[in-house]
Amino acid sequence: MSYKKRIDNRSFDEMRKIEAKVGVIKRADGSASFKIGNTWAYAAVYGPRNLYPKFLQNPEKGILRCNYNMLPFSSSSDRVRPGGSRRSKEISMVTEKALSPVLNLDDFPNAVVDVFIELPQTEAGSRCAGICAASMALADAGLDMKDLVCAVSVGRVDDKLAVDLDYSEEAYEDGPVADIPVAMLPNLGKISLLQMDGLVKKEQLQEVLDKAKKACAEIYKIQKQALKEKYRVV
Amino acid sequence: MDDGLRSHVLELLSKGVRLDGRKPLDYRQPIKVETGLYSTACASAKVSIGDTEVVVGIKFEVGTPYPDNPDQGTIIVGAELVPMSNPEFELGPPSIDAIELARVVDRGIRESKAIDFKKLCITKGEKVWMVAIDIIPFNDAGNLFDAAALAALAALKTAKLPSYADGTIDYKSSRKEKLVLNHEPISVTVLKIGNSFVVDPLIEEQKVLDARLTVASLKDGTLCALQKGGDSPLGSEEILQMVDIALDKAKELRGAL
Repeated sequence: MSYKKRIDNRSFDEMRKIEAKVGVIKRADGSASFKIGNTWAYAAVYGPRNLYPKFLQNPEKGILRCNYNMLPFSSSSDRVRPGGSRRSKEISMVTEKALSPVLNLDDFPNAVVDVFIELPQTEAGSRCAGICAASMALADAGLDMKDLVCAVSVGRVDDKLAVDLDYSEEAYEDGPVADIPVAMLPNLGKISLLQMDGLVKKEQLQEVLDKAKKACAEIYKIQKQALKEKYRVV
Repeated sequence: MDDGLRSHVLELLSKGVRLDGRKPLDYRQPIKVETGLYSTACASAKVSIGDTEVVVGIKFEVGTPYPDNPDQGTIIVGAELVPMSNPEFELGPPSIDAIELARVVDRGIRESKAIDFKKLCITKGEKVWMVAIDIIPFNDAGNLFDAAALAALAALKTAKLPSYADGTIDYKSSRKEKLVLNHEPISVTVLKIGNSFVVDPLIEEQKVLDARLTVASLKDGTLCALQKGGDSPLGSEEILQMVDIALDKAKELRGAL
């Protein structure tokens, strides 16, 4: 068996349709939405602001706090119980690690930058969509940043590598599947998030990262365009 | 309470205006209702009143009926005051504000008898439909009560039951039957600040209120739920005045559906 054609007819390097928008939550200091296929992430940034309780404060540098939250009606199956899960806590943590390298947190001792990621609708790739939205929201908040952060998941479906798996591919049953979310700092050429579920040969890993890099370059363009759209001089 | 803010709001109200230039009994404009936003929800709606944006998503679940109503389904209303929508909201278990919001919306729908719970029965005493109605503010610029109740109604109006067979719900295929709504309850919250009555409060006005009254009513003017909030008591005369205002304003909200 071999996976010759993708279930939704995309080419193997093709992502689902992306829509990005900046400035979607008026009360936030910065905000953005990032939609890829049926996965839809909103991110709001508050801060730098005072951090309480006080014992969490770091007099040497500010901290970044991320929270990833699937809304109760965001899953295509049963209702998601509110209040967070082990999964959402882990994703919040890796999101922090993915975003913090681009920030100059040394500039805000004792303060916190809060990033709230809310997902009203999900269908695979939600942590990557959340990171893409959060990165734009941080830029919208006017924070000094070394780079944007772009994220996409590359997957192995049977004997093929494919960019931005959807649910039907994650659930592919006729061969092995691996899902590899990657976050990149496109200008610095670094990787700030890497996870994997599934089986991949070492030789394939280079190819995975190459594909992620190519896809992230496209995402970067879309993110920049969305930011320019808000700050366009008329 | 912020005394400076309160005296400023009171001074403006004595001249018949508000912080954003509105008259006391004006809603912010536009009032917008969008439905069918999210494909993963069985029904969804977003209501915007001025800068306030509230989303309601509905999921149908199958559960065991309460022993005292073995042939009736039910609704479960939840509200998550997500910190994305307001810098003062915090992560953690539902705050008392979230609980009150969910319960007031719940009562408006439940007590209006908008939904015939008997029609949500699958197998008497064993399985019934539970309608999970989740309220999420996206941007809280005041008056979550009215926006949430309107969004819940708008979403319910578009809800279709999913298919159910052999103990599993197939969310992908919805049945032809819509959820039948016998009534359309609309909530209007009236605030008392000093000697003035105000509708559709801003966050700042909510912070300096004396009392508030949320009134849910049907199209024919029948009242179906009330909730008084705020620290000051109200006279019966005042309550009747506030109800009159609410009934009048409900017509405007009904027109936005």
